[in-house]
Amino acid sequence: MIPAAVVFAYLATALYLGIFAFRRSRQSDAEDYFLAGRSLGPAVFLLSLFGTNMTAFSILGASGHAFANGIVTFGLMASASALIIPVSLLTIGTRLWALGRRNGFMTPVQMFRDRWECGHIGTVIFVVQAALLVPYIIIAVKGGGTTLEAVSGGIVPYWLGGAIVSLVVMGYVFFGGMRGTAWVNAMQTSLFLVFGTIAFLVIAAGMGGFSAAIQSLADSPSTAYLLTRERISMLYFFSYTFIPLSTIAFPHVGIFCLTARRLGHFRKTVVLYPICLLAIWLPSVFLGVVANAAREVPIIEAKLAARAELASPALDSAARDRLRVVAAGDDVILRLMEGYAPTWLFAILGACVMAAVMASDSQILALSTMFTEDVFAFYGGKARFGQTVQVITGRVFIVVITLVAYVIALRVPQTIFEVATQYAFAGYSALAPLLVAALFWKQSTKWGALASTMWTAIAVLAVAAIQQSIPSPPPGAAAPVWSAFGADIITRTPAGAMVLGCLPVVPMTIVSALLMVIVSRLTAEARASQDTLARYFQGGAL
Amino acid sequence: MSAIAAACLVAVLYVLHQDVWFWDTARPFVFGFLPIGLFYHAAFTVACSVLMWLLVRYIWPAHLEPASEQRAPFPE
Repeated sequence: MIPAAVVFAYLATALYLGIFAFRRSRQSDAEDYFLAGRSLGPAVFLLSLFGTNMTAFSILGASGHAFANGIVTFGLMASASALIIPVSLLTIGTRLWALGRRNGFMTPVQMFRDRWECGHIGTVIFVVQAALLVPYIIIAVKGGGTTLEAVSGGIVPYWLGGAIVSLVVMGYVFFGGMRGTAWVNAMQTSLFLVFGTIAFLVIAAGMGGFSAAIQSLADSPSTAYLLTRERISMLYFFSYTFIPLSTIAFPHVGIFCLTARRLGHFRKTVVLYPICLLAIWLPSVFLGVVANAAREVPIIEAKLAARAELASPALDSAARDRLRVVAAGDDVILRLMEGYAPTWLFAILGACVMAAVMASDSQILALSTMFTEDVFAFYGGKARFGQTVQVITGRVFIVVITLVAYVIALRVPQTIFEVATQYAFAGYSALAPLLVAALFWKQSTKWGALASTMWTAIAVLAVAAIQQSIPSPPPGAAAPVWSAFGADIITRTPAGAMVLGCLPVVPMTIVSALLMVIVSRLTAEARASQDTLARYFQGGAL
Repeated sequence: MSAIAAACLVAVLYVLHQDVWFWDTARPFVFGFLPIGLFYHAAFTVACSVLMWLLVRYIWPAHLEPASEQRAPFPE
């Protein structure tokens, strides 16, 4: 129980930080609660912005995906993100910051409403954004449940672990708002960078060095593919480069861009972001791969046996779902630590993994900010009831959204990686053309924005419908869903749906961009007024 | 560096991300344990950081800060 006790101590620290931030804040000031008064310094800004992206997905999801798929995981997500996310922060994030300062924006929807001179279309964008953010919160609950169950040796069951983590995150976001969230994120990122390195070295020592483990994987025909990309098509690999477009479109990242005290704080963040990605993802992916050689850890051995059994085509759907749960690798890093690290270090490392898992705080706060600003304030609530009631409304919304995410997390069978890439990332990548059009294209219109948004919502629902209605095929197989002209257009794969061999995010993003262009051209009369365009585009405004 | 040159550099790195040359091979193992494909992408990530330094150095949107500071209603 020592590891569980250390993790609980960590959770208490995070909660205390939130309450401490609560005491430092101006408690009835909405801008102070939701944006930390736009006052974050460079170090906290870098660590918290990176921390807000360093979630259950990047630690547990990455290692779990690497456990099953090998080194390709790093190229799929980390290295593509290392290029695209900093470029988007430099080109879009800085402009969002400037607009926020100039116009008092607190959410991306406020900017969209101002830029395209629309009201209810902004509400539609809010609804779609909010719905797409929930899966991200769900994966944090799943990660919390998985982590607490693992570090407590099963004494804290998955459902209770998820509930405890949800309550703690809800607690410090509820009290501390953006300031509390930023401080906790900065602490989490620092902890993970330090102790993640220690974990890597300790596990290497425990396994007798990584060279022998890698050599054994390379020598076995059943695992050699994990060290190459021979089972991944180049088109599939390419399609993953669309996923990082989602980052700047995430409302919590957009809102975080508004918290910097000065524009100059973006400099270090842009330059160091790839290095932070490397420091987190390389050990996560590598440990996920070498876990395949850790057969002396009983739970990992059971996962490998379940994976081998899954390959049988004779399994029915229920048996396959049951085996998928056993074979899932979301907890392999924790199992490696449990198997090779001394108890005290396993305890600290468990707390560090928990730190990453809890990065859902930013998403929860973003949802709360969006609801109070884009709905409550926009429809007159703030004018009628004042800022104090607005902040209270935001806090109530935090409770509601956390409860909803928790209930769904108990029922979703997919792995963390799949939930994230199929819904949250794909949806937000398809919304990225809205930001680009708003900031860089004068001719874009609100109807173009509405078309892109509606398309995104429909496409995500279609992907979800395919995954729910068509049983998952065995690993390595693909079931045709729609074929035409002798080619499989849409297929169902074990990880979700594919379109012409690509992830759905590719057609979703391309069609979204095309709709923005075509519909904006067709509705040229709805372009924003000259006054608005001048504020955005004249005299080097942006 | 012009914006076009910067865009070209970003495009070159985007193309280099699709490393067909290390697709089917695990060896050599760099440092004795890193498959070459994984090492390549780790090095790619460092290259991205270098590129970002160049972009921040040469195409930084400095015009945004003074303009917004002049009209900023928020105290420092």
